[in-house]
Amino acid sequence: MSHDAGHHHDEVQHGPAGYGTYFLTWFTLVFLTAITVTAAGLHLGAISVIVALVIAMIKATIVLFLFMHLKYEDRLFHRLLLIVIAAMTIFIGLTFTDTLFR
Amino acid sequence: MSTQSIALAHHKDYRGSKFGIWLFLITEVILFGGMFLLYSVYRSEHAQDFHHAAGELNTLVGTINTLILLLSSLTMALSIAATHHGNRKLALWMIALTILCACGFMVNKYFEWGAKIHHGIYPGSPKLAAFPKGEILFFGLYFTMTGVHGIHVLVGIVLLTTMFIRVMNQPNAKLSFVAGHGLQRVEGGRLAVLDKDGNTVWRGEEIDSTIERIDVKTKYWPVKERFRVEDFNLLENSGLYWHIVDIIWIFLFPLFYLIT
Repeated sequence: MSHDAGHHHDEVQHGPAGYGTYFLTWFTLVFLTAITVTAAGLHLGAISVIVALVIAMIKATIVLFLFMHLKYEDRLFHRLLLIVIAAMTIFIGLTFTDTLFR
Repeated sequence: MSTQSIALAHHKDYRGSKFGIWLFLITEVILFGGMFLLYSVYRSEHAQDFHHAAGELNTLVGTINTLILLLSSLTMALSIAATHHGNRKLALWMIALTILCACGFMVNKYFEWGAKIHHGIYPGSPKLAAFPKGEILFFGLYFTMTGVHGIHVLVGIVLLTTMFIRVMNQPNAKLSFVAGHGLQRVEGGRLAVLDKDGNTVWRGEEIDSTIERIDVKTKYWPVKERFRVEDFNLLENSGLYWHIVDIIWIFLFPLFYLIT
């Protein structure tokens, strides 16, 4: 499934990942949740929001690539994700160039 | 008598349907992205007020709901993996568990919102109006964003219940021969049902030129060896929707509950 989907139509297709991978993925996500909750309790000041956001982004990436199978999709899907990230960065970035310098 | 096998496969555009759901998920990201943008601008302007207001939220309830949603993401992924292994029973159990988690999330949300409203904190309340401006903004964003997210969870419950019923009855394959579209391939023959030794169990009338359409409906459950992703693309797409609901919560949780 990693290349053109049309090729493998009549072949037997199995899931991209087994049960074990999903349990490992879930365990990692729970672990990261524990870290983010602990980090919030440490009162790290200004960088605490950055820590929280970085962990949230790591968690989101894990969900996207493993639970949502993006890892096994072709380039088209990866580009779609890049476009969204670029669009959101531009929206937020441009807004701040306005609000921060008023 | 000669038999001719015709594959009972409908052509479904698996990749197209998956691309379609991803496009929809992007509109969801843009929808919440707009609200995250509002949040970040107001937060940068009222950092102290946001800080105080977030202290009012119950971190424990937020953490429990995060864990519930993560568990539901696991069961969702497992249900799809189960269909790939031809394990229908496990697939159904996992969808049911996902629905249960979603309901648990909403029950928590109900008590959480209920407690806030009980304390007089709700949009437009007199008590909230007396708060500093930044705290009013914080609670406005809190009710709007977790509210819109909650609506998505409710939609997910309906969607997954539908998927449960579909998978339970699934998949129904329908093969149609219509005049001008493949009917001539079977003209002069008969439809028959054979057992595994090739003995005729049932035999239909001869298909002559007076027949204009034949519909064959079958119900089967794919086994591991003959799995086709197309048979479960709706379940898979519902799963993608459910995971994006989880991702949105992954960002909502630290921004509302952990900035105290």
